[in-house]
Amino acid sequence: MSREQLLATTFVDLADTLVANFDLIDFLHTLTSRSVELLDVDAAGIMLADPNGGLHVMASSAEEARLLELYELQSNEGPCLDCYRSGRPVARDDLTAMSASWPAFTEQLRGVGFHSAQALPMRLREETLGALNLFRAEPGLLSEADLRVGQAMADVATVSLIHERTIAAGELLATQLQTALTSRIQLEQAKGVLAERVGLRMDEAFEVMRSYARGHNRKLTDVAAQIIEGTLVDEILRAK
Amino acid sequence: MDSGQRREPRVAEILSVLARGGGQVSLPSRLCAACLSALPVSGVGAALMTVDGPSGVVLAATDHRARQVEEWQFALGEGPCVEASNGSQPVLEPDLAGSSRWPRFGAAVRDAGIRALFAFPLRVGAIRVGVLDLYRDTPGTLALPDLTEALAFADAATAVILHLRDGSGDTALLGPLDGRAEVHQATGMITIQLGVGLTEALLRLRAYAYASGRTVSSVAADVVARRLHFDDNQAGTSRHDRP
Repeated sequence: MSREQLLATTFVDLADTLVANFDLIDFLHTLTSRSVELLDVDAAGIMLADPNGGLHVMASSAEEARLLELYELQSNEGPCLDCYRSGRPVARDDLTAMSASWPAFTEQLRGVGFHSAQALPMRLREETLGALNLFRAEPGLLSEADLRVGQAMADVATVSLIHERTIAAGELLATQLQTALTSRIQLEQAKGVLAERVGLRMDEAFEVMRSYARGHNRKLTDVAAQIIEGTLVDEILRAK
Repeated sequence: MDSGQRREPRVAEILSVLARGGGQVSLPSRLCAACLSALPVSGVGAALMTVDGPSGVVLAATDHRARQVEEWQFALGEGPCVEASNGSQPVLEPDLAGSSRWPRFGAAVRDAGIRALFAFPLRVGAIRVGVLDLYRDTPGTLALPDLTEALAFADAATAVILHLRDGSGDTALLGPLDGRAEVHQATGMITIQLGVGLTEALLRLRAYAYASGRTVSSVAADVVARRLHFDDNQAGTSRHDRP
């Protein structure tokens, strides 16, 4: 796929949260992995805020990015935090300037082999949902062109997330985060439960769960949790 | 997720050291002691968790205060382990003095001279295995290498707890968890075949693999392909085979 094709696909993917099997973690992973593919960065991570303003590390393209973001939260300093708090892009020209702003963070950053970190807000008008953190092994900032593409991706993702949240009928972001965080493994466990109970193949079990979620305007992760609890299988059977 | 893969060699190393050492000291105690000596913290504790929260069962603690950290959370129903186990992220509180989280638990630990707490959830999807808690007498963050190390110990602790519960006994079988999708799918299938919960299903799957000298993922693949069906009469899967 050419860069243009990947770019186009990425924007479609990031705009598409209206599917019944929307999975927040998957969606955010897409944003981080496409950031690494499309921009001149080596790793990317995303933090989102809960309704109390508490930030959570939601997705990362590499373990180092996840650790650095956990470190930012712990030490209460770093580009992602400044970006979330100001709602504006945050960058420093070089390591000296980074050290001056975030001494502890910059030291950790260098420790894992990165020499540049900057953050783009995930913001729509007055509301900032979180920030996209971009890490480079080489010193220096992203080009203007890359910055525009990165911010556009973050913007589309933000609009999608706000839309998804509205559709979830006032469900708090924190709840979504909580259910989404363990959703991956839980989904596989639920597929197994349903496949065995109803006598389906794994892919069929997934389709049944997805169409039930779509038909009842429910989140796939909640449906999976209920299947594991054993409170939904009969209902799914009847819906078939 | 992406995070487990690069950590696995370190987890395997931690587990192999634990399996070799021994004598009268339990695996969880050895794990907590190893974690304490590897990290700049004052104490380490591990507790079992259930879907409803702390179970009250403290598996191991390196000292009296580490044990109290676990017990207070069980008694008060609040604290970093409770929060960590409900979510799936570590809860890192480098300065309890400046924190208003957990009003009652926070007051108790501050009185005990604990200044920083780091709680790591031990989960496998919907299965809540337990929590690993690190505390320190002095405030301050865990640096990245320490965080990495703590996460590896958390993975190792998950493996240790499942190992203790699956009845395989032989510490030579102690190794990192197999995170392949079919293991989780097979776990779900076995809940129906045996009429048990997810935790029990995973333990039975593992016990069967050990009893038949196979890997967990190859047994899981047979379950998913419906070449193997669990029932209580089957050798290696029946409940009374477990100690």
